[in-house]
Amino acid sequence: MSDQVIVEKLKEKFSSEVLNIVEFRGETTVTVKKEQIVDICTFMRDDFGYNLLCDLCGVDYLGKAPRFMVVYNLYNITTKQRIRIKAPVEEQDANIDTVSTVWGTANWHERECWDLLGIKFNNHPDLRRILMPADWEGHPLRKDYPLQGPDREPYKGRLS
Amino acid sequence: MVMTPEVLTLSEAPWLFTGVMLVKIIVAFVATLLIVAYATYAERKIIGRMQTRMGPNMTGPKGLLQPIADGLKLFFKEDIIPSQAHWFAFILAPMMILAPAFISISVIPFGGDLHFTYDGILYAVPMQITDLNIGVLFIVAMAGLGVYGIVLAGLASNSKYALLGGIRSTAQMISYELAVGLSIVAIFMLSETLSLRGIVAVQQQPLWGLESLSFIPNWYIFCQPLAFCLFVIGSMAEINRTPFDLPEAETELVSGFCTEYSAMKYALFFMAEYANMITVSAIATTLFLGGWGGPFYGWINFLIKVFAFMFFFIWIRATFPRLRYDQLMFLGWKIMLPLALVNIVITGIAILLW
Amino acid sequence: MAANTETMTINMGPQHPSTHGVLQLILELDGEIVVKATPHIGFLHRGIEKLSEHRTYHQTIPLTDRLDYLAPMSNNLGYVLAVEKLLGITDEIPERVQRIRVIMTELTRLKSHLVWLACHALDIGAMTVFLYCFRERECITDIYEKVSGARMTSNYFRVGGLADDLPDGLEGEIRTFAESIPAHVEEYEGLLTGNRIWQKRTIGVGEISAEAAIDIGITGPALRATGVDWDLRRDNPYSGYDDYEFEVPVRKGCDTFDRYRVRLDEMRQSALIIIQALDKLKPGPILADCPKVVLPPKKDVVNNIESLIHHFKIVTEGFKTEPGEIYQSVEAPKGELGFYLIADGSAYPFRMKIRPPSFVNLQGLPQMVEGKLLADVIAVIGTLDIVLGEIDR
Repeated sequence: MSDQVIVEKLKEKFSSEVLNIVEFRGETTVTVKKEQIVDICTFMRDDFGYNLLCDLCGVDYLGKAPRFMVVYNLYNITTKQRIRIKAPVEEQDANIDTVSTVWGTANWHERECWDLLGIKFNNHPDLRRILMPADWEGHPLRKDYPLQGPDREPYKGRLS
Repeated sequence: MVMTPEVLTLSEAPWLFTGVMLVKIIVAFVATLLIVAYATYAERKIIGRMQTRMGPNMTGPKGLLQPIADGLKLFFKEDIIPSQAHWFAFILAPMMILAPAFISISVIPFGGDLHFTYDGILYAVPMQITDLNIGVLFIVAMAGLGVYGIVLAGLASNSKYALLGGIRSTAQMISYELAVGLSIVAIFMLSETLSLRGIVAVQQQPLWGLESLSFIPNWYIFCQPLAFCLFVIGSMAEINRTPFDLPEAETELVSGFCTEYSAMKYALFFMAEYANMITVSAIATTLFLGGWGGPFYGWINFLIKVFAFMFFFIWIRATFPRLRYDQLMFLGWKIMLPLALVNIVITGIAILLW
Repeated sequence: MAANTETMTINMGPQHPSTHGVLQLILELDGEIVVKATPHIGFLHRGIEKLSEHRTYHQTIPLTDRLDYLAPMSNNLGYVLAVEKLLGITDEIPERVQRIRVIMTELTRLKSHLVWLACHALDIGAMTVFLYCFRERECITDIYEKVSGARMTSNYFRVGGLADDLPDGLEGEIRTFAESIPAHVEEYEGLLTGNRIWQKRTIGVGEISAEAAIDIGITGPALRATGVDWDLRRDNPYSGYDDYEFEVPVRKGCDTFDRYRVRLDEMRQSALIIIQALDKLKPGPILADCPKVVLPPKKDVVNNIESLIHHFKIVTEGFKTEPGEIYQSVEAPKGELGFYLIADGSAYPFRMKIRPPSFVNLQGLPQMVEGKLLADVIAVIGTLDIVLGEIDR
């Protein structure tokens, strides 16, 4: 099944959820609303065989609304296909449902996303910081978090 | 005129006896210490060669002074007693490990009799510190005592890794002592003596008492091969050598029972390990390889056989991975113990029928 | 009668001889049996993803060396492929570059697997294999030094090409080394595969089914040992891997022993790939002809004003890319190493997410050790082949 077919079927099933479809360098990215993300992911896994969640990460588009984006990179081990799903998350309401019930691997990825970007995952079994110390304040990968760390002279960059 | 040598006894010549005993003790002790020191060197050199590397070669010619440098370093290091440790047991433990290892040497015959004349009387002095009539039992008892040192070290350190090491070694030593003890019972059944000197004497007769086979000595390795294997494997477990080095399995328990030890106390543990290796090699030599009997002069034969055993132990260390705890127990209780019992039964039947 | 038992919590790591770096495991033990294992990571977190947002694309290459520091070239390759895909110059890469990249990454795979075998064997107590493996690894480090000047942190690949061509005579050296690999692997197998103690320590230890492995996201040799026939080099070929004939070793045991055998077979296949690539290696340019984004050859920089300007611009302000996002993954020695890059049209990546294989594979650890013995924890840490530099980034 080509990416177009899969995207069409996804649109059919979740017509009100799909926001945007982009193709770039042969990779398909589908942006969906965050409310039904678990259903969409389950649908992708069960109906299209995307059994491996390669990667899950958050992106901070500071200054844009919605500010955050949670990105799911899926892979189908049988047909060797990739697809990417994105779900926007508002700054005020920075939470999204966990997909660790769909793919077990999401557990640590979501912990990392919470740790570094401060996006909460509802119903996550064990949402603790993973890379930073447990008592760390702030979320370092946010664009408004200083590179040099808090309370230090700001980093000027290598080139400026 | 040929004089029949007299046996030196305490009641007849107290001063001479005491003097000779002291000399024997000092010689045996110093020799063992030297072998311990150079066993570490030999181990590093031999394993180094087996692993395509050099081993120590900087301190002194060919690195020969390395054991002394190591000893000095450990001697001058800060001696730390953890604040939560039980200090008395903590200090006692290394001594309790080392002492039995050395004491066992005292009943092992290194060679035949030495003859010397004093005051016109020819005396015969056995090259053995003391010939107990229950020599083997004494050795088994001392080996049992060594366990207490390790257990105590594990408990007194008040550290979880040390505790696990201590527990492991208790279980390991108790189970393997049984197999080792039973494997050498077959020897006593054949020799009908518990004195190590007596056992060596029996082994100097021709094989199975047959004159036609007189070119082969009656070493017990030939009539008790199974007992020999059980003894060697069991001894490796008792002295915590690879593949049975679980109590100090460095990759699991950091350093096992000696995790919290430093400086000289740590060195004592290491000395005990090598002293045990020497003791076990000496016992195996005495019980199975005819002790000091052989083509050369008494104690030279003995040393050659002991070194051969030690080389074997070192070789094993370079070759084998480590067993797991449950597999070790399985091997001890379900394989070695029944085999030792079977061996005793077969030996008993053979003696009855012979 | 119910026995009154208590569990004991021990803290394994971050300073422990066999947690392969700074991994901390909180183990709850009932005697020697592990009741619960909780990994704690992050002791080596350097913020590579954050740093890369403040550096030009080229300046991030040295950072990738420090991810999986046992296999730096694989990380380099994954990153430069991602940037090339983002720039859309994947098809412009000269053939010689692709061949050399394959040779070097396969050497890297050998290097990584040798360290893995060495440490795995040492953890289980087989000390000699450790030194034998490091003897061979030393040859690879020497080759590394000759091509890149560094023995570990190579920083050899560039966007669109290589930092430099192979030095004279090195091809022969690599070939001799690759041809010697099968014999060396035999040697390790002779010490371990048939060894009863080794088998007892590894067969049936750390079992995980194929479904559970996919669910947890385990990739690479660890997944192939569960019977899943998937290798990115063959299935989503990159850098001209479809040009070589090689087998993907797959076994069905799901345990430590089969993971061990899969990796040993991979070492043999890597040697084959290296020899094939050397056979097909022809002289040619080592940088793509895309002057706006690829550094010009050094010879041109000193002789040609145009090249000098390009060089100056690329080095000082970096190159700009189209806005967009791509995900590129390579089969690193430890599994699927992915780079997810988002570009906003500036000279810096807007966001770089690394998918480190060790990070995901480590998630399987609690599942594999709970209910097993303490000694099995060590075997499983070894068999997962984790590198903390990559886990913590």
